[in-house]
Amino acid sequence: MSRTGLILGAVLTLLFTGAAILSLVWVPYDIEAMRIAERMQPPGAAHPLGTDHFGRDILSMIMVGARTSIAVALVAVGIGMGLGVPLGLLAAARRGGWLDEIIMRGNDLIFAFPSLLIAVMITAVFGAGAVNAIIAIGIFNIPVFARLARGAALSLWTRDFVLAARVAGKGRLRISAEHILPNLANLLIVQGTIQFSLGILAEAGLSYVGLGAQPPIPSWGRMLADSQTMISMAPHMALFPGLAILLTVLGLNLMGDGLRDWLDPRLRRDAR
Amino acid sequence: MSLLRIEALGLSIHGHEVLRDVSLHVDPGEIVGVIGESGSGKSMTALSVMQLLPRGARCEGRVMLAGQDVLSLRERALCGLRGQAVGMVFQEPMSALNPLQTIGAQVAETILIHERVGRREAMMRAAEALERVELPPERVALSRYPHELSGGQRQRVGLAMAIALRPRLLIADEPTTALDVTTQAEVLKLLKRLVQEDGMGLMLISHDLGVVAGMAERIVIMRQGRVVEQGRFGTLAHPYSRALLEASDHVPARPAHEGQAPLLRVSEVVRAYPGKRSGWRGRAAPVRAVDGVSFDIRQGENLGLVGESGCGKSTLARAILGLEPVEDGRIELDGQPVFDGHGVNRAVRRRMQVVFQDPYGSFNPRWSVARLVAEPLYLLDDPPKDAARKAAVAEALTSVGLKPEDGARYIHEFSGGQRQRIALARALIIRPDLIVLDEAVSALDVSIRAQMLDLLADLSTRLGLTYLFISHDLSVVRNVTDRVLVMQDGRIVEEGATAQVFEAPRHPYTRRLIAATPRLPVSA
Repeated sequence: MSRTGLILGAVLTLLFTGAAILSLVWVPYDIEAMRIAERMQPPGAAHPLGTDHFGRDILSMIMVGARTSIAVALVAVGIGMGLGVPLGLLAAARRGGWLDEIIMRGNDLIFAFPSLLIAVMITAVFGAGAVNAIIAIGIFNIPVFARLARGAALSLWTRDFVLAARVAGKGRLRISAEHILPNLANLLIVQGTIQFSLGILAEAGLSYVGLGAQPPIPSWGRMLADSQTMISMAPHMALFPGLAILLTVLGLNLMGDGLRDWLDPRLRRDAR
Repeated sequence: MSLLRIEALGLSIHGHEVLRDVSLHVDPGEIVGVIGESGSGKSMTALSVMQLLPRGARCEGRVMLAGQDVLSLRERALCGLRGQAVGMVFQEPMSALNPLQTIGAQVAETILIHERVGRREAMMRAAEALERVELPPERVALSRYPHELSGGQRQRVGLAMAIALRPRLLIADEPTTALDVTTQAEVLKLLKRLVQEDGMGLMLISHDLGVVAGMAERIVIMRQGRVVEQGRFGTLAHPYSRALLEASDHVPARPAHEGQAPLLRVSEVVRAYPGKRSGWRGRAAPVRAVDGVSFDIRQGENLGLVGESGCGKSTLARAILGLEPVEDGRIELDGQPVFDGHGVNRAVRRRMQVVFQDPYGSFNPRWSVARLVAEPLYLLDDPPKDAARKAAVAEALTSVGLKPEDGARYIHEFSGGQRQRIALARALIIRPDLIVLDEAVSALDVSIRAQMLDLLADLSTRLGLTYLFISHDLSVVRNVTDRVLVMQDGRIVEEGATAQVFEAPRHPYTRRLIAATPRLPVSA
């Protein structure tokens, strides 16, 4: 079962990343050209997924929108991992000290705010845009990775090989980098995949309320928002971006779960 | 008629042969010892009787339990059998109990599953069972949780669960391996009494010949999934049985050590931990894990440090290695303090290394063996690079009997004994003067342990190494050390030449320890 999930997830993920990459060099139609005469066409031979209220090709919009979603989520997860993991490792290395206390209480502080609320606040102060959306989503990924890294690192710190490294005169930071981090890699990959899917959802949510990427850059969330008033006339305008979000998130979650089972030997019962 | 009769039992797991042609029997009121090294199939034999085998297991032959062939029974009938006709006690008392349930509820559970009785009556019967394993409810309430008990008490709870329904057969798989010697002696005595009272058959599985020799009427020796030999203790004649006997009381060849200048000097060392928090701001008095310990280790000497778990011996070892600061006292190596002012003295630390107990946990699984072995080179101010580094690793691996090519492999490819050799290579690579062996051979099988002890003795003579040999296993310490320290509750209670301490112990605690240590009968 988990292997099927992993493969299905990987295929979906590859499909959307492939579409995003392809959109860099080729899309079926120019997404900035409006063709009012062809507006709100249902799916057909010329436009496989139909057109929107400006006559733009929805397939092309989804392909370029995938680029926005993936870029925003990827950078946000990068920020979260890049800051959160070192902080978590540092907290674990200084367990019980004041540094641990400061880092973890700081994390609690971020956790205490609903993420979308803070994102709204950030964009209200600094203006709406893809970059601010990235920062807002990234900040909320920091405590997730910090906690995960700290928890797993704490159990590794009790292992004898860490003691052996200390006997070899290595300091806490060096041990964290050389011994602890490589043993956390599996965990981080899995969590990264799941956070990535949450990032895509968050980006869609932000652009739905108009705080994400600004026009003319297409984004799945805004496509949904645009289609809202025309839902009875052109349901395909909402259906396809919605499906894109659903399938990407589903694919990433399946891949995350599958990876966890596959990388963790304790859960790999039926390996043979 | 035998209670349990295993006839030509074969077992394969995923097509891999684990047991072959195993035959043995247990009569009512009889204790049968099953001895073997790891991987010999002794636990798998026990699990076959219970039919608690891992997935993909396939049995052949017959396992007759009180006239029924267990192998032909369906899962439902087996559930009725387990716990009721056959009880089982496991090695690790902490993980065999549910940490979130009271001990009373856990013992009562066995009764509730098998008999139609009310909760109240089940609890009464549980109290009775606990009473029988010498945990009277007046002293240890049924409402206690496993973490509130000592290791020996936990094992007794496990035993109470196994015997609550008065099974006809009890299987004990290494029941005392995780316990201290004095506790081990008590639990073994208890097992013996229960067998006599109930007329139960006991299948006692152990790697320790000493434990079984004093208990069992018959001994079954297993190796690589087969029965090598069975019979009374004194009659064992098979070469493998003899080798096993020899190995478990192995004395490595070692020249007697002459007194020289002290290498390590520990004086009045105190290591205390803050007491438990009590109330809002208060704290209990600090716990002194090491309490005013002083001793010397002379150059080239093998010093033993024995004591039961929690006596502070590992804390002391960590303090000596400079891994933990001490509250009071001094630790000096060759006149230089281990701690200078605020940090650890690197010049001292590079002269000391350590080998830990657990062959599985002491290596980073993601590093190659060469990188693992070379790790202590970090202590040198000018560590060797490239070819020189490679040569150093190769030399260290060769000196412990491994091949230089093994450096490219990863740790999971090695057996427990090989891993301890790698740990020793890691210790040797910076040519230390002192090696702390913290239970370094405790997790090994007897024959592997004998080889490791020989290797240690050989290295000590060739390289002039000094060992601090920390162990709970008195028989090993007796055979390999020149002098011995006995530690209890953070203090050294007795110190002297090994032979002298073992033959004429002065302190009552030392006497208790020695009396509790299982010894092989001399006539063997």
